[in-house]
Amino acid sequence: MFGSTNGATSRRLAATVAIAASVALVATGCSTSSTPSEDPAAGGESGNYSITFLPKNLGNAYFETSDAGGKLAVEEFGGAFAEVGPSEAAPDAQVSYINTLTQQGVGAIVLSANDPNALCDAIAEAREAGVKVVTFDSDTNPECRDLFINQATAEGIARVQVELIAEQIGGEGQIAILSAAANATNQNAWIELMKDELAANHPKVELVEVVYGDDDDQTSFEKTAALLQTYPQLKGIVSPTTVGIAAAARYLSTSEYKGKVAITGLGTPNQMREFVEDGTVTAFALWNPADLGYLAAYSAKALIDGTITGAEGESFEAGTLGTYEVGADGTVLLGDPYVFDASNIADFNF
Amino acid sequence: MTTASLPRTYRDYAHSGWRRALLNQGSIIIAVLVVVTTVAIFAVPHFGQPITFTYLLRDMAPALLIALPMTLIIITGEIDLSVASIVGLASVTVGVLVQGGVPIEVAFLVALLVGAIAGLVNGLLITKIGLPSLAVTIGTLALYRGIAVGLLGTQAVTDFPKFWTDLAKARILDTPIPVSTILVVVLAIVFVVLLHFTRFGRGIYAIGLSDEAARFAGVKIERTKTILYVLSGTVSAIAGIYWTLLYNNARGDNAMGLELSVIAAVLLGGVSIFGGTGALHGVLAGVLLIGTLASALRLANVTSDVINIITGVLLVLSVVSTSFLRWLKTARSKPRRTRTVER
Repeated sequence: MFGSTNGATSRRLAATVAIAASVALVATGCSTSSTPSEDPAAGGESGNYSITFLPKNLGNAYFETSDAGGKLAVEEFGGAFAEVGPSEAAPDAQVSYINTLTQQGVGAIVLSANDPNALCDAIAEAREAGVKVVTFDSDTNPECRDLFINQATAEGIARVQVELIAEQIGGEGQIAILSAAANATNQNAWIELMKDELAANHPKVELVEVVYGDDDDQTSFEKTAALLQTYPQLKGIVSPTTVGIAAAARYLSTSEYKGKVAITGLGTPNQMREFVEDGTVTAFALWNPADLGYLAAYSAKALIDGTITGAEGESFEAGTLGTYEVGADGTVLLGDPYVFDASNIADFNF
Repeated sequence: MTTASLPRTYRDYAHSGWRRALLNQGSIIIAVLVVVTTVAIFAVPHFGQPITFTYLLRDMAPALLIALPMTLIIITGEIDLSVASIVGLASVTVGVLVQGGVPIEVAFLVALLVGAIAGLVNGLLITKIGLPSLAVTIGTLALYRGIAVGLLGTQAVTDFPKFWTDLAKARILDTPIPVSTILVVVLAIVFVVLLHFTRFGRGIYAIGLSDEAARFAGVKIERTKTILYVLSGTVSAIAGIYWTLLYNNARGDNAMGLELSVIAAVLLGGVSIFGGTGALHGVLAGVLLIGTLASALRLANVTSDVINIITGVLLVLSVVSTSFLRWLKTARSKPRRTRTVER
């Protein structure tokens, strides 16, 4: 009886020790295999230039573009670039990444926040531990982070779209706006600014109507058709939303109005590529995510160097983009929206 | 099943108390935890600093808490899949009430009540109507999560009194141990006493070994199970309140999928999914092992999908190894004794 159970338990022990050993092997195996990427984090003697990008989620073409811009910048100044992130966009998922980066003692975290408040405590702990925190694309509350890299201001977005449509219709004629939902905060603010801009600088351009496609592809498509029938003299449509501009371009591209009625607004290169190539669309605007990531990385470097602290009026060098100044609330503005046309659209994939 | 499991029970209890305590899967998991932690301290850069253990204990607290009642439920041979949804529901309850101007302390009490009621609904559906717990709690997993997400939609409440959010993150004096660990330890002691040192606890094992035998022995099965589900709901609500404060964030989708990591840790800690065996020390070590492993791997820049694979392999190994060892045991003892081998 005892002999048998002793034998069984010793075997059981042996097997378990084997399991324990394999667990340990798995753990150490994984850690040694990724040690090289760890080294630069520890090794930045002259300023800890280990800069990690934390996008809202991985596998998102927009963030792949911005993070590639960040990587370019970090490599230019000889830092160690890394990118980590959750597979889906959820704030508590970003918290554990911020905590891990705090433990690793990185020089700076450059992140697009999934929530303006929920990350603040984790960010505060990171900053206490000496990590610089830069937000881009989506900000947290200003008091949480060191710096926010703003892709564009409402004024810039409004002005560039008005300039584009005025140029495309030759400076005079009727235009309409195809917006998102009637209560969309961003779009409504932009539309008001666009009206001001039209009145001030393009008096011959007449805005006949603002219609709402509710950021729904089919609704936007139908509203475009209705606009063109209601206003036979219409020379251009501005759609300050990526869903609207793509739907309007799709309608125009197969209609008799193709090439006669201009369409512009805010769109992404991947959505608009075919319409630029087939001549429906001449040019449209958005910011350049690669430049955004590039600027964010350089601002992180400036924070690590101590060149800037995030106070208004400080300025720093951002490689090929030139010199930037910190504005109110620790915000750095990338600049005017970027204009995409047939000459440059092939360079972008997002 | 009844007759088959009885001889095994006697065999497992053939050792003296201290040997049973040392040579079970729970103690082995503790040993593995010590080994993994030691290896990580030396092999993983940045792991061996105090802040790692602060983060680790803080982040693992919800799973540690929920694992306590989950262990008792699994020992009775049942399961509760709705725990993470109750975490979300309690979190949203706190969020909605605080947003509506209710004092946060009152919101805590309401959330606890909501958790207890959610558990009671589970318990009554299982014991009074006699539905299988797997089916009932899959249903309430969706139901409670649905209510939670429905109440707040896609928005999040993130404005809680600083006193409470600071407390959730605070450490005990200058130690790396977070204050929340006190809560975990206190509740762990309560559940250890309940399971291992009371008649109620003996009844839990008896139910898991054989419903029928337990009934003949005078165990009030329905009452025991209902109490366990109410406990599970209440503790999940505590975890939900803590989650809300720790991440300063009340959202309907908080703690999504947490039930699976908790159940995984409970099984890893040596509790049989068929009920009747297991102890809390192994379970707590199991939760900490999964957390420590994940933390070490994250620090070693291993991506989250690889971490999931490793945790999964670990779990399968642990389940397979217990079955394999049991088979080995019975196969070895077969020629010596003429007892018929079950399973």
